[in-house]
Amino acid sequence: MKLEGAVLRNLLARRRRAEWIFKIAASGALLFALGTLGVLLLDVLRDGLGWLDWDFLTHFPSRKPEQAGILSALAGTFYLMILTILIAFPLGVGAAIYLEEYAKKHWFSRIVEVNIANLAGVPSVIYGLLGLELFVRTMGLGRSLIAGALTMALLVLPIIIIAAREAIRTVPNPIREASYALGASRWQTVWHQVLPVAFPGMLTGSILAFSRAIGEASPLITLGALTYIAFLPDGLTSPFTVIPIQIFNWVSRPQKAFLNCAAAAILVMLAILLAMNAVAVFLRHRTQRRMTL
Amino acid sequence: MTPATVETQEELTQAFAIQGLNSWYGSFHALKGVSMTIPEKRVTAIIGPSGCGKSTLIRCLNRINDLIPGFRVEGQIAFKGQNLYDPALDPIQVRLQIGMVFQKPNPFPKSIYDNVAFGPRLCGEKDRSKLDAIVEESLRKAALWGEVKEKLKQSALALSGGQQQRLCIARTLAVGPEVLLLDEPCSALDPIATAKIEELLMDLKKSYTVVLVTHNMQQAARASDYTGFMLLGELVEFALTAKIFTNPTNSRTEAYITGRFG
Ligand SMILES: Nc1ncnc2c1ncn2[C@@H]1O[C@H](COP(=O)(O)OP(=O)(O)O)[C@@H](O)[C@H]1O
Ligand SMILES: [Mg+2]
Repeated sequence: MKLEGAVLRNLLARRRRAEWIFKIAASGALLFALGTLGVLLLDVLRDGLGWLDWDFLTHFPSRKPEQAGILSALAGTFYLMILTILIAFPLGVGAAIYLEEYAKKHWFSRIVEVNIANLAGVPSVIYGLLGLELFVRTMGLGRSLIAGALTMALLVLPIIIIAAREAIRTVPNPIREASYALGASRWQTVWHQVLPVAFPGMLTGSILAFSRAIGEASPLITLGALTYIAFLPDGLTSPFTVIPIQIFNWVSRPQKAFLNCAAAAILVMLAILLAMNAVAVFLRHRTQRRMTL
Repeated sequence: MTPATVETQEELTQAFAIQGLNSWYGSFHALKGVSMTIPEKRVTAIIGPSGCGKSTLIRCLNRINDLIPGFRVEGQIAFKGQNLYDPALDPIQVRLQIGMVFQKPNPFPKSIYDNVAFGPRLCGEKDRSKLDAIVEESLRKAALWGEVKEKLKQSALALSGGQQQRLCIARTLAVGPEVLLLDEPCSALDPIATAKIEELLMDLKKSYTVVLVTHNMQQAARASDYTGFMLLGELVEFALTAKIFTNPTNSRTEAYITGRFG
């Protein structure tokens, strides 16, 4: 079929119009998302920025909003995260190494794989219930820092395993072959060749997982973490609270001024998240440079 | 098929004696009854069109194919009288004696020094001055010392392709093997880098048994003493290189070297 001038022009005009409509729709969606985010951020900034000072960071929560601070929540979040990382990172990396470098690829490892992916999608409240039953009650750890960390570790473990496996898969196979050809054992190959290359990627993926977990309140509330703590955790079995729980607590208070406390706490939370993500981006950037040089 | 034999006046010690070797990737029959003897301290070339099983054959010689899931071998490979596939034999022991260089240069993303020192360190060598000596000697043997002695601490990935491949050879020599298996070591290199490696092979065959896989017939003709021609998983002919290229016995060999197929 040969297109005549007018028909062709018509066809092209229609296509241009379709393209234009799609462009508007897509950028509209983006603008809407960014706009919502911007409004939220502005709102939090307006309510919280004036409240956020050194005293806020270094004071315990109080009945009086003007004196309330997030010291115990900040410390709780910090300790909880460190503990969670110490538990979940080695376990997750170990599991990933086993699955990628040791396990024979047959039906059993397939099932394990599928289930890890499924576990990553389980709502975090369920992990809270599991932690409550397993760590708080059965193991008798109480509503302690260590029970919280173990629960959070379970929550992030599937994501860490997935991230670590992905990082291991980016290690080119010729590197492994070269290592084996030089008489390296499996473990020597993993330790000297695979891990150094994959490690930054594992770290990046894990940091992103941890920075999500840091904002989770629901599993810890399910666990029964306290909402009012006016001391610093002094050991693994010490009660604790974290920033999201503190925010949750302040938001549910009747006094208006506590909303300012909550907004300021949200700003602290955002700063921590941004810092963690920046570290992840930095690490990724550095590895890319090293691998391509 | 009758085992290929080499007619020669030389008194040769045999490095490898391969008898009725069959191998499979899953259900795919990749090597079909390969029998040949590879002489010591000579360059033996394996030629043949892509996919005929050259890599599979030499990857059996250091048991690196053990790592491929579903790979299976039947038949015999003896290295200096020792059955390579003896269940009691540790493949690591085999790989320390029989080194391998791959098609694409694959240096570790580490410094030049650490690349060469990797093998000796695995064997427990920690003494810095001994390691220094091994690194220098291996790089000299691989004709790379002059080009890198000032930058041993720099990343191996910054070297050119040809330099990287010679580094891979140095790294293999550092372990102290008796055999060098080279799987198309020049196919990713330019002609000048290729010439350098071929020159190096001439040198290395004085002290090492070399098995060179190549699909470049000129390279086999230039660099090897013996040549085996493979087709579709079978060893069609194995003889002195001069004989293969001037007066092949098998009509399929003749067809291949005269460029009528492949
Ligand atoms: N890992 C593998 N899995 C399955 N088949 C393979 C594998 N490696 C090679 N093969 C097959 O075995 C045959 C021989 O391959 P190869 O030895 O690599 O040939 P060459 O080195 O002569 O090009 C080819 O048909 C190839 O597709
Ligand atoms: Mg090949």
